[in-house]
Amino acid sequence: MTLDLDRKKVVKNNWRVTKVRGKSALRIRIPGGHMSAKHFDLIRQIAENYGNGTVHITTRQGFELPEIPYEKIPEVNRMLYPLLQDLELAIGVQIDKPENGYPAAGTRNVAACIGNRVCPFANFDTTVLAKKIEKEIYPNDLHVKIAVTGCPNDCIKARMHDYGVIGVAEPVYDYERCIGCQACVKNCKKKVTGALAMHNGKVVRDERLCIGCGECVLQCPTSAWTRNPEKYFNLTIMGRTGKKNPRIGELFVQWATADVVVAIIKNTYKYAEKYIDKTLVKEHIGYIVDRTGYQVFRDAVLDGIELNPKARVAKHIQWGGHFYASDIFMTDQSAK
Amino acid sequence: MGKSLSHNEFNVLLGALAKDYNIYAPARFEKQGRFSDTDIIRYRQVSQVEEIVWQAKSTYSPKEVVMPVTQTLFYFTQTEYREPETDTRPCLVFLRACDINGFASLDKIYLENGGTEDIYYKRLREKVKFILIECHTSFDNCFCVSMGANTTDNYSMAVRFGEENIQLELKDEQLAGYLDNIGQGNDFKPQFIQENKIKVNVPSVAEMPDWIYNDQMWKQYDHRCIACGRCNTTCVTCSCYTALDVLYDDNCQVGERRRVWASCHIDGFTDMAGGHGFRKENGARMRFKVFHKIYDFNKRFGKHMCVGCGRCDDNCPEYISYSNCINILNDRLKEGEKASV
Ligand code: SF4
Ligand code: SF4
Ligand code: SF4
Ligand code: SF4
Ligand code: SF4
Repeated sequence: MTLDLDRKKVVKNNWRVTKVRGKSALRIRIPGGHMSAKHFDLIRQIAENYGNGTVHITTRQGFELPEIPYEKIPEVNRMLYPLLQDLELAIGVQIDKPENGYPAAGTRNVAACIGNRVCPFANFDTTVLAKKIEKEIYPNDLHVKIAVTGCPNDCIKARMHDYGVIGVAEPVYDYERCIGCQACVKNCKKKVTGALAMHNGKVVRDERLCIGCGECVLQCPTSAWTRNPEKYFNLTIMGRTGKKNPRIGELFVQWATADVVVAIIKNTYKYAEKYIDKTLVKEHIGYIVDRTGYQVFRDAVLDGIELNPKARVAKHIQWGGHFYASDIFMTDQSAK
Repeated sequence: MGKSLSHNEFNVLLGALAKDYNIYAPARFEKQGRFSDTDIIRYRQVSQVEEIVWQAKSTYSPKEVVMPVTQTLFYFTQTEYREPETDTRPCLVFLRACDINGFASLDKIYLENGGTEDIYYKRLREKVKFILIECHTSFDNCFCVSMGANTTDNYSMAVRFGEENIQLELKDEQLAGYLDNIGQGNDFKPQFIQENKIKVNVPSVAEMPDWIYNDQMWKQYDHRCIACGRCNTTCVTCSCYTALDVLYDDNCQVGERRRVWASCHIDGFTDMAGGHGFRKENGARMRFKVFHKIYDFNKRFGKHMCVGCGRCDDNCPEYISYSNCINILNDRLKEGEKASV
């Protein structure tokens, strides 16, 4: 029988319509980029028995299994259950019919650097927060990319995402414990922003220069520097790759708690629902913000959120990025 | 005299002791470790047995009780000076055998070195009574047995902590009254660790031969050691301070003289006026430390400075093993002897 597909349904089901006629590719989400090694058995089984025996590791920390015939989609979807169970249902994601595979593809896998399970620089457990975000926003069709990174080194390139969540630590100084070795001062100057200076054999921190990386804590041989146990995050917005005005995300909220970050991300869907251009097949969140302007976006996503006292919000954002042509956002009067 | 106490009874005892003593013990400082969501264990005042970390070795040593990291010696104006008030209450310190022996090293340096007593140390030190924490097992990197620091009888009370109850031995009659109506009598005596996984062969030479000072063995530390000083700051027997005068910002006619811990591994330790410094290479600093710990100090005081607590190895971020360095040194000295025969 000739294939008779609802292309949009296939795509929404997290399968790709590929260049190879008759063959799809399955995409698997790994929220927070971390999973039990046992799942490799299933992934291998699907790739070898249904696909071409290969697996592509995606930039968004998922797996893509090429050349699976479209007819096999329902069968493979059923096989996926243990994976969906462990990586989605178990963290609280609501999926009505998990035997039918992934319910949406628009909101992408929430990626994360390895975080403090392994990395000494990390200020928190990135996978835990990525999963918390996944629970709140998936399934959803809106095209949003989110990444979570353990420290301002930003190894996951969170600043290239619509939302970049960067874990920061507030350094707390114990004057009495400091031996004035200058390790923190020299290091902050060489590697970070030079927020520290020596004064009378002790250290003073310029709060405006400090980016909360936590390097000073790593350096200190007496634990004079420690991290405030309260976790804080910097939220950057609307970084993107793509063909139209690619750019690095800009700082939106600084020193926010995890709850505030998650609430803001959740609110984004209401904002997008209201302002999205429905004439387009899909409109990427960043371009919606370009149209409405930052202030409209800001007020909408902060609506109803009680910010933690330490949080600071950007008044304006000076968008940068690359412009292929200087008139990229110009429209003729005849255009709507 | 021995006693067995429940945890509740032990807390009653601590409560009674706290009326007359400041009680210091290793305690957990949650999420204050170098890496996020890790803890450190260091000394602070405690009032309950639940606060005392007896299951693990402390990150920092109990020397902090008698050697504050920063100690103001006196305040001065143009014409006068004045010492700060000090807390005169006596102290009880919970600590292990190696650390009690470590205090003996500190005492040598501060009370016997060059025939002068360091009064600032003495004031804090003479208030201290020791409560021995019995070690159930030897921890990672411990080599107290090799240093002969695994046993001690220098304590007022000894304690075996357990999940169910606590055994104690009382030696100091001054503390007897606090125990009168508490616990079951027994004849408890603490046990000491008789073997560590790590064994160190301390060279037994009367004089280090000249060639060993420039031996190749120190070279590896030039690039491996990052001169961070953690091996010194966590060590129970490192006792160096540096003194400085601080003039207050709002009135530079008044200020204070203070001393702050110094570290022989950190830049600046050997700097003198005019900018000259010995031991620029980190390998030379390693050599200086090792010789001080297991040779020079012994020559002067007839006792090794190092007590084998292993904190230097626990905390070195570059995985430099001081205990292994001593073994390398011992081997090199033997090889050298053979070579010269
Ligand atoms: S972003 Fe920071 S925490 Fe994450 S892997 Fe890189 S250095 Fe480590
Ligand atoms: S947290 Fe980072 S930027 Fe802030 S003082 Fe410490 S090293 Fe410097
Ligand atoms: S690293 Fe720690 S001890 Fe050294 S100067 Fe900085 S705060 Fe003080
Ligand atoms: S040198 Fe190392 S093992 Fe010896 S007392 Fe100091 S910290 Fe302990
Ligand atoms: S802790 Fe290790 S790296 Fe740091 S000064 Fe000591 S030996 Fe060197």
